[in-house]
Amino acid sequence: MPSQDSGAIDAAPNAPRSRADLFWSFTWLALQGFGGVLAVVQRELVEKKRWLTREQFVEDWAVAQIMPGPNVVNLSMMIGDRCFGLSGALAALAGMLTVPTVVVLLLAALYSSVADAALVRDALRGMGAVAAGLILGTGIKLIGALRANAMGMPACIGLALATFVAIGLLRLPLGPVLLVLGGAACAWAWRRLR
Amino acid sequence: MNPAVTLGAADWLTLFTHFLSLSLLAVGGAITTAPDMHRYLVGSQHWLSDAQFNASIAIAQAAPGPNVLFVALIGWHVGLNAGGGAAAGWHAQLLALAGAAVAMLGILLPSGLLTYSATRWAQHRRELRAVRAFKTGLAPIVIALLMATGWLLTAAHDQPARDWPLWLLTAATTVLVWRTRLHLLWLIGAGAVAGMLGWV
Repeated sequence: MPSQDSGAIDAAPNAPRSRADLFWSFTWLALQGFGGVLAVVQRELVEKKRWLTREQFVEDWAVAQIMPGPNVVNLSMMIGDRCFGLSGALAALAGMLTVPTVVVLLLAALYSSVADAALVRDALRGMGAVAAGLILGTGIKLIGALRANAMGMPACIGLALATFVAIGLLRLPLGPVLLVLGGAACAWAWRRLR
Repeated sequence: MNPAVTLGAADWLTLFTHFLSLSLLAVGGAITTAPDMHRYLVGSQHWLSDAQFNASIAIAQAAPGPNVLFVALIGWHVGLNAGGGAAAGWHAQLLALAGAAVAMLGILLPSGLLTYSATRWAQHRRELRAVRAFKTGLAPIVIALLMATGWLLTAAHDQPARDWPLWLLTAATTVLVWRTRLHLLWLIGAGAVAGMLGWV
């Protein structure tokens, strides 16, 4: 595959061929993403297209999640920019948003006629349970990427558990949790990285 | 009832700046700013109804694509109300599209510019110890955030006697995603069918 990247994703076997490839890849990703696009991004970009390794994906995802704005939208811009600069970022962004926006507006126009249909409600209930499983399964897969983490596996597991308890069980707000646990994690990583 | 709304040029600008002002606060996704959107657009301005607001979120979550599209739907509803409702014809549809565009542009422009410049900066300095420490440190945190999101979605159904089939479906999906390469659309389709058959 011809690759125009600047060596940034040199460890990944493949790269997008063109801006059109970026646009359509992200369109297709977004259209598969019911209840969130992240599981699909991991499956398509890491496992199928191999534009990123699992470790790169976790790093990029961390940045995309920390920056303000929708995570997967941030991620698409980062990947697009790395391959083709600003025009690549815009191509990926447009792919992520254009067709899905048309779809969602059409659905909204139809919604008033089906909002009360019990069948639709039941289908959404089932899809919601699957969407939760997609997220959990993706999370479990990504744990493997932590083996390469410079902080060491025990520290990673400890930080992950603390975060899960704070957000998932104690339901603390995201901002302070990121500040405290994320800050501690970055400081620890800083010490370990030489 | 959907409110009848009159939007002047100043109101359109206000709508735009409201989304602009929330954009940089949306760490963890635009959905985290939904309460403030509700407070302002439904509560103070009465530009859309409670039902329209809730439908915007529900539809965007059920539809494929990033969940941020709920913002487009909120703008769409505001525009539709300003045009006299869906029954008012193409004029209302046009205003609805304008509303969707204004809302999306507002919510994406500041955060997009910031993320773009910040990640570019970090990309050029990726060997820097601070940049590496940032990415290394946050990796386990964001994986845990992902798991917590999945957990919270599941825990929203909190009546074991009624909801255990849903939990089973979530658990089965988790294992299938983790251990197999089954196409994710099959799983979503299976969930829809299971729901329609009344299994979950």
